[in-house]
Amino acid sequence: MLAIVDYGVGNLFSLTCSLRAIGVEAVVTGEEETLDQADRILLPGVGAFGDAAQALRTSGLDRVVLREAEAGKPLLGICLGMQLLFDYSTEYGRHDGLGLIPGSVQPIRPMIPEGHKVPHMGWNGLHFPKDRPVSPLFRRIEEGDCVYFVHSYAGVDCGAHTIATAEYGPELTAAVARDNVYGVQFHPEKSGQVGLDILRAFCEL
Amino acid sequence: MIAKRIVPCLDVKDGRVVKGVNFQGLADVSSPVELARYYSACGADELVFYDITASAEGRALFTDILTATASTVFIPLTVGGGISTLEDFDRVLKCGADKVSVNSGALRDPSLIRRAAQRYGDQCVVLSVDAKRVEGRFRVFAKGGREDTGLDAIQWIRSGVASGAGEIVLNSIDTDGVKRGFDLEMLQAVCEVVDVPVIASGGAGRIQDFTELFQALPKVDAGLAASIFHFGEVKIPDLKRALAAEGIPTRL
Repeated sequence: MLAIVDYGVGNLFSLTCSLRAIGVEAVVTGEEETLDQADRILLPGVGAFGDAAQALRTSGLDRVVLREAEAGKPLLGICLGMQLLFDYSTEYGRHDGLGLIPGSVQPIRPMIPEGHKVPHMGWNGLHFPKDRPVSPLFRRIEEGDCVYFVHSYAGVDCGAHTIATAEYGPELTAAVARDNVYGVQFHPEKSGQVGLDILRAFCEL
Repeated sequence: MIAKRIVPCLDVKDGRVVKGVNFQGLADVSSPVELARYYSACGADELVFYDITASAEGRALFTDILTATASTVFIPLTVGGGISTLEDFDRVLKCGADKVSVNSGALRDPSLIRRAAQRYGDQCVVLSVDAKRVEGRFRVFAKGGREDTGLDAIQWIRSGVASGAGEIVLNSIDTDGVKRGFDLEMLQAVCEVVDVPVIASGGAGRIQDFTELFQALPKVDAGLAASIFHFGEVKIPDLKRALAAEGIPTRL
């Protein structure tokens, strides 16, 4: 059973539908017991980092997600849910994340050339780091396949934990992984067949 | 690099696609769900659903169709038509829309843009503008292009973006339906004053119109069309191959 963490942030309609489309029944839950029983966990999120981190903490689910991740359960953070995996973000003040992926989340405006629009929104191709094997999360897709992004902040200083980037002037962090913990900045549930293939690969981990 | 987007637009009335659809190989050519699925499989980068229903029953039907589409089509969906309140935003976002396009609703109450952007984020609010040349200026028209509002289109768009519109759909009434290319002059005037994505609409008749659009105006992010896709005059896979062959960033 796959559990989607429900901490009152964001609309989970498309995500649950995309999982159903690949034959995975997902439970949307804020219950500790259900997350405990799940064999894998999705951490979604939209909006501002501070609000989401606060909501996760208030619900006590930060503790549960951390415990399950440390126990080795596959965890996938999506969009803001990916950013929450980092040590901290500087979006409207400094806010702590879960610290599962080293590095921080910073505004992309100073990283990109003038004339590039913010948010980084639309379909962009994934690039895999040349110096390491392709992550199992991407075993069903090809280098260069396009996925759908909408974000104004990006993970930085995650070093060897970067498993994919997307070119927007510089290469922006598109996906990260550390052992059983994965995060994608883009929206697999809005990325057509490629997105479904990434979700399927996660469900096969 | 961000791919240029190709966006088919479906006008939906009482739960059916209108404006004529002529496709072979589709069981039900006026089913928005089937058509959306077909376009997604063809490589459309995004879909616009435009609700032209007036009645409450039709509106309920529209949200059912939106839900059914979003359950099986996993590309971004923009919804427009009759969006006047935050409740309208809420209604369509809950059914799986990713972006909501406002036009007449924002003309009646410009604060709608700011209020929606504050609640749902700029990236969710699309300002759709029907514009036409009047005495050498671009003027905003309302009511599906029938009524001159007297507003200057460039100023209206600039103030819309300042209020939080995260994307502009610019439909040129002058070129709409003419099929001799997008209104490059009007689009350029808009691109010069905004730094949010601009979607070109009105005038596409053939593949070259899209290549010309993206080559002449690199700041335009997407091309939108309806009947040329519905009638198969331009096939999306052919269009995308042509864009790629010209070196235009494309999702293949």
